Order: sequence, then C-alpha cells, then structure tokens
Amino acid sequence: MQLKNRHILGWLEAAPLAMVLLGFLIAPIVMIVIVSFWGATEFSIYPAFEFDNYEFLFGSPVTYRVFGATFKYAFITWALTLAIGFTVAYFLAFHVRSLTMQIALFLVCTIPFWTSNIIRMISWIPFLGRNGIANQTLISWGVIDEPLEWLLYSDFAVILAFVHLYTLFMVVPIFNTMMRIDKSLLEAARDNGASGFQTLVHVIIPLTKPGIMIGTIFVVTLVMGDFITVRFMSGSQRANVGRLISNDIGLLQYPSAAATAVVLLCTVLIVIAILLRFVNIRKEL
Amino acid sequence: MERRTGSFYVLALFFGLFVLFLYGPILTIGLLSFQGPRGGLTFPMNGVSLHWFRDLFEEQAVGDIWGAFRRSFALGLMVMVTTVVVSVMAGLAFRKRFWGSGLVFYAAITSLVIPSILISLGVGLIFNQLGFRVHWATSGFGAQLTWTLPFGLLIMFAVFNRFDKSFEEAARDQGATAWQTLRYVVLPIIAPSLIGVALFGFTLSYDEFARTLLTSGSYNTLPLEVFGMTTNVTTPVIYALGTLTTVFSFVIIGAFLLGAWAMGKRRARLGSDAGQGL
Repeated sequence: MQLKNRHILGWLEAAPLAMVLLGFLIAPIVMIVIVSFWGATEFSIYPAFEFDNYEFLFGSPVTYRVFGATFKYAFITWALTLAIGFTVAYFLAFHVRSLTMQIALFLVCTIPFWTSNIIRMISWIPFLGRNGIANQTLISWGVIDEPLEWLLYSDFAVILAFVHLYTLFMVVPIFNTMMRIDKSLLEAARDNGASGFQTLVHVIIPLTKPGIMIGTIFVVTLVMGDFITVRFMSGSQRANVGRLISNDIGLLQYPSAAATAVVLLCTVLIVIAILLRFVNIRKEL
Repeated sequence: MERRTGSFYVLALFFGLFVLFLYGPILTIGLLSFQGPRGGLTFPMNGVSLHWFRDLFEEQAVGDIWGAFRRSFALGLMVMVTTVVVSVMAGLAFRKRFWGSGLVFYAAITSLVIPSILISLGVGLIFNQLGFRVHWATSGFGAQLTWTLPFGLLIMFAVFNRFDKSFEEAARDQGATAWQTLRYVVLPIIAPSLIGVALFGFTLSYDEFARTLLTSGSYNTLPLEVFGMTTNVTTPVIYALGTLTTVFSFVIIGAFLLGAWAMGKRRARLGSDAGQGL
C-alpha cells in the first residue's frame, strides 16, 4: 500500500507538468508528424496520406545544402563556444579565489541570458555596419582602405551572434562541474610533479567532461533549431533548416514545413542521443 | 597566500575581453539611443538628445509598443507563477521516483532541446485545426511554458539533490504530517531557490520569441513587436526601445537577485529556530 501511494502521489504532483508537456509538446509533435503527410494548395491544406512532401524534400538539392549549412553553423559555433566557455569557466573556478568574487563574476556572465536575444542581435549593427565602429577603427588604423563588406549580413555575423548569445550555455555547466572537482586532486597532481598544463589535460578536462557534454547539447540544439539569428544577422542572405521551415510557414505551406520539421527533429534527436552516451544528465545537477 | 602566476593575468585579460564582448554592443546602442534628432544608426553622434525616447511615446512613430509591453509583462507574470508552482510540485514528485518518472523527465528534456519553431508550428496547427483562435494568453502561454518549465525543473533537481533529508525525518519523528513537513520544513528551506525559478520564469517569458511567433495571435508581445520594427524602422528609435527594455530587464534581474540576497542575509541573522518550540 505504501508503495502504491508513492506512485499515485508522485503522479498527482507531476500531473501539471505532464499535462503541459502533453498539450504543448507531445501533441504538437504528433500534429506536425500528421500534417507532414497532408497536401496543400496555394490557399489551404487538406488531410491526406501522401509522401509528396518528403519526396520533394529529399529530392531537392537545396535541402542537402541547407542541412549542410546548419551543421556547419552548429560545428563552428560549438568549437568557439567550447574554447571560450571552457577558458572562462576555468578562470572562474580555479583562478578566482574568493567564493563571493566567483559568484559575482559568474553572475556577470549569466545576466545577459535574462535579457532579450533580439535586442542583443540588434546591438551588433552599430559595431559591424558598413560605417560601423569596426570598419571606422580599422580604416583609421590604416589596416584597410575600404570598409569591409562581410562584417554584417554574412556568415561571419551569424556565427558572431551565435557565439555572443550562446557561450554562457557552455560557461554555466562547465563551471558547475569544475566547482565540484576535489581540489586535493589538483594538489596530488602537482605533488607528483605534473605541470599546470599536464594537470589541465590529465585531471581537469576528464573530470569536466560531463559539463562539456551538457553545454554541447545546449549549444548544438539551439543553433540547429535557430531560424531568427540566421535571418537577422545574414540580412536574409543565408539559410539554415529553421529558415526553410519558417519560409514555408510564411507561404502557408504547412505540410511542407511540417515535413522539414520532422526531419529536423529526427536529426537533432540523433545528435543528442549520440551525445547522451557520454553523460548521465540527472547525476550531474 | 600563493603568488599569482603569469597564467592568471592572461586568463584575467581573456575574461575581461569576454565581458566586454558580452556587454560592449548593448552599451553601444545605449549610447547611440541618445543620438540627436538627425543622427543615424552608427557613430558619430549627431548631437545628444532624448528625441528618440520621446518618439517611443508617440503612437504613430512606432506602433503599439506600450500595448505589447503590457501584454509581455502580464504574460511574464503568468508564466512566472505557473513555472514556480508546477516546478516545485514536479520536483517533489521526482523525489518519490514514481513509476514512469523517467518518461516525464525525458519529455521535459525534449521540451528544452526541441527546435522552438516546432512548438510554434505545432501549437499553431492544433489551434487552427480545432478552430480555436491563437492568443498570447492561451496558446502563447502554453508554448512559453514548454521553455520555462524544463529550466525550473532542472533547478529543482539541483536543489533537491543537495537537500538534507534528515530535516524531514526529524519533522516526521516529531509527529508532523506530510503536509506540515512540506509547509514548515521543506518549503522554507528551498525558498531562496524559488526566487531563482521565478527569475527564469519571468525573464525567459518576457524575452521569448521563437515559441511565441505563431502562437500569440493578432496581439504581439514585445519581442515580436521589436522584431517587426527591425524590418521597417531605420532610425535610432529602435535603439531607444532596446535600451529601455534592457534597462527594464536589468531592474527586474536586480530585484530578484537582491531578494535572494536579502533572504540569505535574514536567514544568517536570525539563524535556526531549532529548539525554540515554534
């Protein structure tokens, strides 16, 4: 009886969460899968069971190019955010000595997360624009004669914005795992004659792996699912899968958008499944 | 104390540059929003004025941003309260390791990593096919919860993983009922973390864009309104708006952090009331 109670009470307490997820996560996914088999005219969509949307999707070279671009964005952003995020977290965890200071600096890194992404993207315009600060500075230094055209509305701008927006998704989990490393392990490494670099490679990095994995999952999924950063920072000149979907939505081609969405979801889930082999999330919180 | 090594200064410099990278752009638009009336989107400053802030208060210049702000604020509060309540309940549930908890947990993680446009599209389609009208307070509200609840849940996991069970056992041994244990022991102990959950709930909702895009209906929330402006507004008025909402975000974040800090202080000052016979 006691055991049964535990399950019933547990479900009662988890019910609100389960209801929200059922209504606004599971049901929408099911709906998208269903609609991906529907047909569409220019003005409306109609129920059907046809594979036209998928045939068109897999038959079009655009699809492969756009998926390629999406992976490219994800990979470059991942590499940069990992390098920057790891360095920042390493500094915070092992070089800042007072806990108060650690918390204060950690908050400095996290506060932008609670402000608007759109506005953080807009705020790059005066910096990167044709007559922006970057170009003006480089010209006044004599590095270049003409303004660089590829600063804003380019792959460069897209990746810069991704790194700007998402690095803290690396900093937070990596810092979290680093703070739980037993400091006596570092002492032991040093006492045994390891250099700072050897300690980093053979002690800190292996122990930080779970944090790196969680950060990786965040960054990769955020970048792969993005459509607004690419649209805004490339001035609509570049595409990723998210934009493919949002363009179809704009044209009211919901079935085709849904088919692309299904493929995107599968891709993201496969990537996560691979990453999850390396870490047990629940143990790491 | 040990002497600082060379690598400390290199890393400190790196950290400083990172902070500059994080805050530099937003400070730039803060500065540029004080452009003179004839100033443009980049430097140099063409005089200094409050012209663009004044523009924000004129309906015809920028559309209905104040209505959008009110809606975003109301929605933020709704999402905040719901996130706190639902996350705490779910956090308590997961401690019981009930049958099927793994399933709910993976659903929550999926909710976090699923591309936002899928939620937007799926919820929009369902409302459409059922003949309901999408509205920020119904479909928009639900869509945003799929983003805020996983964060709330993860915070609750972190809290309960560090929770000392002996407090509860003590309460039970003294004859407290399950409800009394929760109300007088567990909740007061986790209260400061709930401020954190509330902060996530409010700010993530207030700034949410992708999941609200197709689910807010004809009345825009503030981020949607701002995004609309990026396509047709080419004056610093958009910087003025960006500056204003960022300042608002900072004030909100500051208030939450101050609240958590004050609660910690108060607790440290009053200490434990163990043995006081309360």
